[in-house]
Amino acid sequence: MRQTFIEFIVGIFVIVAFICLAFMAFKVSGLALKSGSGFYKVEASFTNVGSLKVRAPVSMSGVKIGSVTHIDLNPKTFQAMVTMEIDNKFNEIPQDSSANIYTEGLLGSNYIAILPGGSLKNLKNGSVIYNTSPALVLENLIGQLIFSLKGGSKNDSSTSTSQTNQSLSISKH
Amino acid sequence: MSSTIIKINNLVYGYGRRRIFDGIDMTIPQGKITAIMGPSGTGKTTLLKLIAAQLTPQEGTVDFDGDNIHQLSRGKLYTVRKKMGMLFQSGALFTDLSVFDNVAFPIRQQTKLNARIVRNLVLMKLEAVGLRGAADLMPSELSGGMARRVALARAIALDPKVIMYDEPFTGQDPISMGVLVKLIKTLNDAFGLTSIIVSHDVPETASIADQIYLLAGGKVIGQGAVAELEADQTPQVKQFMQGLPDGPVPFHYPCKPMAQEILS
Amino acid sequence: MNVVTSIGRWGINYCQGVGRSAWILSRSIFRRPRSLESFHLLCSQIYAEGWLSLVIIVVSALFIGMVVGLQGYNTLKDFGATQALGQLIALSVVRELGPVVSALLFAGRAGSALTAEIGLMKATEQLSSMEMMACDPLGRVVAPRFFAGLISLPLLTMIFNVVAIFGGYFVVVRWLGSDAGTFWSNMQAYVDFRVDVIGGIIKAIVFGFAVSWIAVYQGYNCVPTSEGIGKATTRTVVYSSLAILGLDFVLTTMMLGGW
Repeated sequence: MRQTFIEFIVGIFVIVAFICLAFMAFKVSGLALKSGSGFYKVEASFTNVGSLKVRAPVSMSGVKIGSVTHIDLNPKTFQAMVTMEIDNKFNEIPQDSSANIYTEGLLGSNYIAILPGGSLKNLKNGSVIYNTSPALVLENLIGQLIFSLKGGSKNDSSTSTSQTNQSLSISKH
Repeated sequence: MSSTIIKINNLVYGYGRRRIFDGIDMTIPQGKITAIMGPSGTGKTTLLKLIAAQLTPQEGTVDFDGDNIHQLSRGKLYTVRKKMGMLFQSGALFTDLSVFDNVAFPIRQQTKLNARIVRNLVLMKLEAVGLRGAADLMPSELSGGMARRVALARAIALDPKVIMYDEPFTGQDPISMGVLVKLIKTLNDAFGLTSIIVSHDVPETASIADQIYLLAGGKVIGQGAVAELEADQTPQVKQFMQGLPDGPVPFHYPCKPMAQEILS
Repeated sequence: MNVVTSIGRWGINYCQGVGRSAWILSRSIFRRPRSLESFHLLCSQIYAEGWLSLVIIVVSALFIGMVVGLQGYNTLKDFGATQALGQLIALSVVRELGPVVSALLFAGRAGSALTAEIGLMKATEQLSSMEMMACDPLGRVVAPRFFAGLISLPLLTMIFNVVAIFGGYFVVVRWLGSDAGTFWSNMQAYVDFRVDVIGGIIKAIVFGFAVSWIAVYQGYNCVPTSEGIGKATTRTVVYSSLAILGLDFVLTTMMLGGW
């Protein structure tokens, strides 16, 4: 009798613990999104990824649709190759969409925002996003700000921003 | 003389540098009650543990029923141990099991008998010690004497050949002491057991023992039947058997003379 | 000269202790279980070690979650980054506080009781009498207690994590008025199930192994007197706590090092 009671309590204990584990899986780490219907992988190259990290979110209109899985440097072009996986639910993203690295708040971490394009073809597994804009580096911004405040000659300001312009033209091919 | 069941040859045992036994020889005959007596601290309990192979001696051998018990493998040793029962000084009942389960424990461990037979066996053993009515109590609800009787029932649960009693009379009131003395004698005769009693209670032990070994200072200082030892005129034996306060075993712990300590 | 000798002796004793404890552990683990009886014994021990530790675990978790929430809020609000609170609470609890604090509490609550219980069984000759009845006390007494600890601690950690996160939620969202949606979504964005949650539980399993091992060994090996049991119990708590914190460092290094 007492043994049965103890075994009953132990059973409850184990069940409660696994409910907690399930809670952590779905509510705390949002496992449902990732395991929902699988992913497809998309690549994008950036001139500068800033402080983007693996597992950073990929979002569209502020909604999370995937995450960064891999960041590497292309040894020929010296550009950062970012691989991300996007949930299969969102499989109708136009091919000419652009990928931008933004920052959450002023000092927050980086994430990738996808801005939809107008193409009829959609991104699929292995697609490459050509339309990218790099992370804003705070030092560059401040540099530009100082030059414009100084009211320096057009020549100067154009050299200071030439880096950004150049990078934009490369990324747009 | 009946056959020998346990033979101890030149046993030497010690912790670190201290020697507890310095060459002991004993023969324990089958079917008799053998008492091992001696002052406190002579390692009588240690001797029992050596016989049961819970400890290993530095030198010498213990032959138990034809096996050199310290040379046996673990599995063999456990088979031999089924032939021994031991009653510990404290009783050593499992505090988380009831009296019934305590007595049933060795039966359930060693056999695959069904619950009915186990129940009957346990009740028989409890009946033998007169505590069948206490089967459902927990050990904490028993008095010291009752706990020791339950432990005795547990020790004889598997019908061992040899049963060893470690200080069975210590800390008992006269009534339970009398009950235990009678029980040990009855069990020994009724079941044909061999009993080894370790004790320093001279009158109780002497009343039932067939043979006594007297230990002191790591040696056997006297042996023989009760009457022989009582007549023995060796000072050490005499002091112990008659309970004299001073003698070869001194009253004072070794120290400087009193006068020297006070005047210094 | 004397110092060197005593260091040497200490070293030898230490190695002997480690060897003996490993021997005891291996002899308790690698044995043929007597299925049903072992299961009953294991259940009783999980009840005693796990279920009876639940109250202290839940209460501590609640307070720790609330304190982390409160401290985090007061620090982050200066940077206008209170949206990161969910992430802060969840990550610190799931990765570190959950496993480590549960293990420390478990060592104090269940580990010390384990040592004292086994030590007292030794002092009252229950272990010897078991051996006399040809029943190995390592299988009957030590093994179920060890396995119960190994199973209980991860379960307690899972419960601790959830309660602590709720403690943080109550302070941050209900009391200080942060937005509930931000709290949960930020948490979900930054907590990874495999790396963080499972990583934390792996830590808990390792801690459970260490604490149970230390507790069982100290009990089985103690000097069977009241003083010896007292010392063994103290040693269990001290050694377990040190082992938990040291192992935590090692495991964290391994996990952050891209393991």
